[in-house]
Amino acid sequence: MSDNSVRSEPAAVKWTVIAVAALFIGLFIVMPLINVFAQAFVKGWQAYASALVEPDALAAIELTLLVTAIAVVANTGMGLVMAWAITKFSFRGKSFLITLIDLPFSVSPVVAGLVFVLMFGAQGYFGPWLIDNGYKVIFAWPGIALATIFVTFPFVARELIPLMQEQGTTEEEAAVTLGASGWRVFSRVTLPNVKWALLYGVLLCNARAMGEFGAVSVVSGHVRGETNTIPLQVEILYNEYQFQASFAVASLLALLAVVTLFAKTVLESRVHDRKGGH
Amino acid sequence: MTETTISAPPLAPAAPPRRSSGVIPGFGLTMGLTLLWLSLIVLIPLAGLFFKTAELTPDRIWTILTATRTLNALKISFGLSLIAASINLVLGAVVVWALVRYDFPGRRLLDALVDIPFALPTAVAGIALTTLYAENGWLGSLLAPLGVKVSFTPLGILVALIFIGLPFVVRTVQPVLEDFDHELEEAAATLGASRWTTIRKVVLPTVLPAFLTGFALAFARAVGEYGSVIFIAGNLPNVSEIAPLLIVIRLEEFRYADATTIAATMLVASFALLFVINGLQRWSQARTGRAS
Repeated sequence: MSDNSVRSEPAAVKWTVIAVAALFIGLFIVMPLINVFAQAFVKGWQAYASALVEPDALAAIELTLLVTAIAVVANTGMGLVMAWAITKFSFRGKSFLITLIDLPFSVSPVVAGLVFVLMFGAQGYFGPWLIDNGYKVIFAWPGIALATIFVTFPFVARELIPLMQEQGTTEEEAAVTLGASGWRVFSRVTLPNVKWALLYGVLLCNARAMGEFGAVSVVSGHVRGETNTIPLQVEILYNEYQFQASFAVASLLALLAVVTLFAKTVLESRVHDRKGGH
Repeated sequence: MTETTISAPPLAPAAPPRRSSGVIPGFGLTMGLTLLWLSLIVLIPLAGLFFKTAELTPDRIWTILTATRTLNALKISFGLSLIAASINLVLGAVVVWALVRYDFPGRRLLDALVDIPFALPTAVAGIALTTLYAENGWLGSLLAPLGVKVSFTPLGILVALIFIGLPFVVRTVQPVLEDFDHELEEAAATLGASRWTTIRKVVLPTVLPAFLTGFALAFARAVGEYGSVIFIAGNLPNVSEIAPLLIVIRLEEFRYADATTIAATMLVASFALLFVINGLQRWSQARTGRAS
């Protein structure tokens, strides 16, 4: 950053801008994060630990891990498939298809949950059939998994698509010309080229899956110890005025956010290196 | 630095290729899976919402949408989102300028912190903000003597919406401002323009589309936001009840028609916003020659 005098403002302006930016981020962004940990430890380590090993909290952690695993595996696999289809071939309507993949980002989480209730709930299109055959989707883990897959749908694909578009198809074409099979081209040429972007996408998908609240809240039914994920457990404890326990459980998610951000910063520089430092 | 992509695939024949990479296998399989997955998870469920709404008579839909409580919830959601996105536009501009144009101790940390609202789950943000701004909270106790109440008022909703919207403005504008051609500013200065004139007449027109895109993204996110708002809002019908919460309440009352109609309305608004955002992004690319 060269300090060119015609391109910079007086020092007073500069430091005012920096101060306002720092104050705003400090008050609005950092304070809430610090507050989570402060409230979680307000009664000390003992209370913190006992809030986390409470059976309902453990059940919530278990359910969250299950649902997240399903959503991340599904969206990673299909994210790779979608990115391959979009970036390795040219066809009409490509940008429209990308818009459709991004669609879940612009849908309110509550609406995302509702559409699955309308599909599989007792009043829904497939509800009666599911009930007759003894399947439970809404107010059970499959519904929570579906809603989570919906809200995390674009994460992996949208990290891969721009990078794979930029990388083009020449390396793959060369590999095919040399006689490699489709799978071999994918696993030996494409995958190594995109591994950091893929990991980045998986990381973001994972963080969102574990923390999703609105969509999951609509389909869960809030049965303690059975259909509560970590964020829903946070809500229940908070509404019961068990603030410290609520913040203790919430601190797990806050910690996940901090770790995700840190890993993101590291990975971003690697992805940038691959793109040639653009 | 115009990116006129000279698209000459080395292995392609001279004629403009329709499928530039005919040799790569798997088009049928991956495209088929893509369309199947997209339909099952996204398109069919969203279409189901519209079909359910279409089962109602137009009169019924009109009655639901014009009910006082519905109208107020929509007004609160859209109105406060507009204010929050505007505040994010102004403060986001300050943050972006500081991050891109100045070097100061802690700049990289400040840059990383901007992403916290993306990463922090909404329910966690919600309870943290509520406690922070409650009358006995760290910030609430400072505001209480001034007669300002934040938690459990519409002002609390605004605070939550500002929180979740900030990264959208910063992250959309940042790359465009980073790529801005310095020589243009130097040329303006050489020609005698004051610093303020240069920023207003040279820098601003180039980054304006990005600012508007960021504004629209923050607004779209705020309109649908649920988790971070419901704890701090107080949720008083007609006063501090947002539209997504009203959908949940109607659903819990088994008033499916109400829930679906309000949800379909919000979905239409999302699509309209998405359309606007896509248009803004194309404008931004055309103006800066940068694919975002």
